[in-house]
Amino acid sequence: MIVADRKSLEEIMDMIKPYNKILIVGCKGCVTVCNVGGAKEVGVLAAALKIGRKKDGNPIEIDEKTIERQCDPEYIEQLRDIYDRYDAVLSMACGVGPQFLSEAYPSQKFFPAVNTKFFGGAVQHGIWEERCAGCGTCIIHYYDGLCPIARCSKSLQHGPCGGSANGKCEISKDVECIWDTIVKKKMEQGRLEDLRQIRAAKDWQTARDGGPRKSIREELVQ
Amino acid sequence: MSNNGYKSGSNLEKVLKAGHFAFTGECGPPKGANVEHLKEKFEHLRGKVDSVNVTDNQTAVVRMSSAAASAIMVANGIEPNFQMVCRDRNRLAMMADILGVYSLGVRNMLCLSGDHQKFGNHPQSKNVYDIDSMQLIAMVKKMRDEGKFLNEEEIDEPPRMFIGAAANPFADPYEFRIYRLANKIDAGADFIQTQCIYNMPRFRDFMKQAVDMGLTEKAYILAGVTPMKSARMAQYMAKMVPGMDVPEELIKRLQDAGKGKQAEEGIKFAIEQIEEFKEMEGVAGVHLMAIEWEHKVPEIAERAGVLPRPQVN
Repeated sequence: MIVADRKSLEEIMDMIKPYNKILIVGCKGCVTVCNVGGAKEVGVLAAALKIGRKKDGNPIEIDEKTIERQCDPEYIEQLRDIYDRYDAVLSMACGVGPQFLSEAYPSQKFFPAVNTKFFGGAVQHGIWEERCAGCGTCIIHYYDGLCPIARCSKSLQHGPCGGSANGKCEISKDVECIWDTIVKKKMEQGRLEDLRQIRAAKDWQTARDGGPRKSIREELVQ
Repeated sequence: MSNNGYKSGSNLEKVLKAGHFAFTGECGPPKGANVEHLKEKFEHLRGKVDSVNVTDNQTAVVRMSSAAASAIMVANGIEPNFQMVCRDRNRLAMMADILGVYSLGVRNMLCLSGDHQKFGNHPQSKNVYDIDSMQLIAMVKKMRDEGKFLNEEEIDEPPRMFIGAAANPFADPYEFRIYRLANKIDAGADFIQTQCIYNMPRFRDFMKQAVDMGLTEKAYILAGVTPMKSARMAQYMAKMVPGMDVPEELIKRLQDAGKGKQAEEGIKFAIEQIEEFKEMEGVAGVHLMAIEWEHKVPEIAERAGVLPRPQVN
């Protein structure tokens, strides 16, 4: 899923400074799963903003709404009757949300309340880690299902680099060296020869380097 | 264009091919456009080494480009070993720079991944890592031997580089290190310069593996030496520099040398190492990385008995 972090209260307060009546829109998708932008978090942010603005002597009126997904026009449509009742709208979805909202309601102002980070998963309760770089051409079958593009700090296809020590990456002792894991797994399985192959330079055209991407499923297009 | 059977015709290649024990140095370009400062640093190395490595934004700190500094060296009659890291450029910029430095007279290049920008003075930068060091080696070989760019297009006047790569025998997992070296040689490395060596038993073991696998017949391996200036530097390298293996005995040896004598003890150890490398099977030379200590290189070279440098025509 897409993992996000909420922006700081100060940054959000600054964004909505000129406005007195706002709507906060949550999303029941990824950001609910990573405890950042679901109904609960919408409520917490609304309360914090109200308190903050009251303290500043500039009270604010806030309504809350959480929709199924902000990455689908049919759910975005659910705001049709209310979107123009506000000075501005704060989206708590990933970066897709405020853009879909903005495109659907061109006369309104939309602001992001979260920072969209990466494609990842929960490695333990409360900790999410990056697992995919969305490069568009998956090569993890060469590496026993482990992705060096997303998980090596240098995206090396031939690692580990000279900075690997005790299974940790050179950039920080808190970062796992995925190449160390890949090599050890190959050794344990007696398949080190897999890593004696030299891989061609990656074709990044399927990554963002090929420009904004699109995925078309012909059978679903009407 | 004939190069008398040489791949590049560089001095370093000639020295190694003739079977001499090579001796290379290093020079970090200045953190500014101060050409005089650069010249002052590399003048210490004139006639004392076969080629001088020119670092490329080392430790991810922005400096005068290795391409420009290498060209200045060529213009001043000193042979550079142009270093190129994958961190800062994509394949287009890399191939353009390779053609550029070649046209300015550069004949050796060392292909590296590069330290992550997190270490440097612009941790906010967007890194590139379009290709990795293995693919860079293969790309330079393709440009030289096939006369083609990575996209298969023909190059009008291919760059004839003597291709170098780095090896760190001390990073983890140790068992894999020799395979990574083998990969780099398969990819096209003509010579290898190793990370600074302090753990001699481990390096002996690494070299034995390299000899047993026949790697030393396919590429020249230069052992990396960095003289320690003090016990504090040794402790810093042991703790703070990734992939560095500094044994406790060496730190103690420097400490025991006493105040004011640690630098001399560090140089003594480096000289002992060089003497041993001269005899070690498979070691074709030494790469002396006297970090910000270029003025000590003549003395170390003299005392290690590697002077005068051979002239191969």
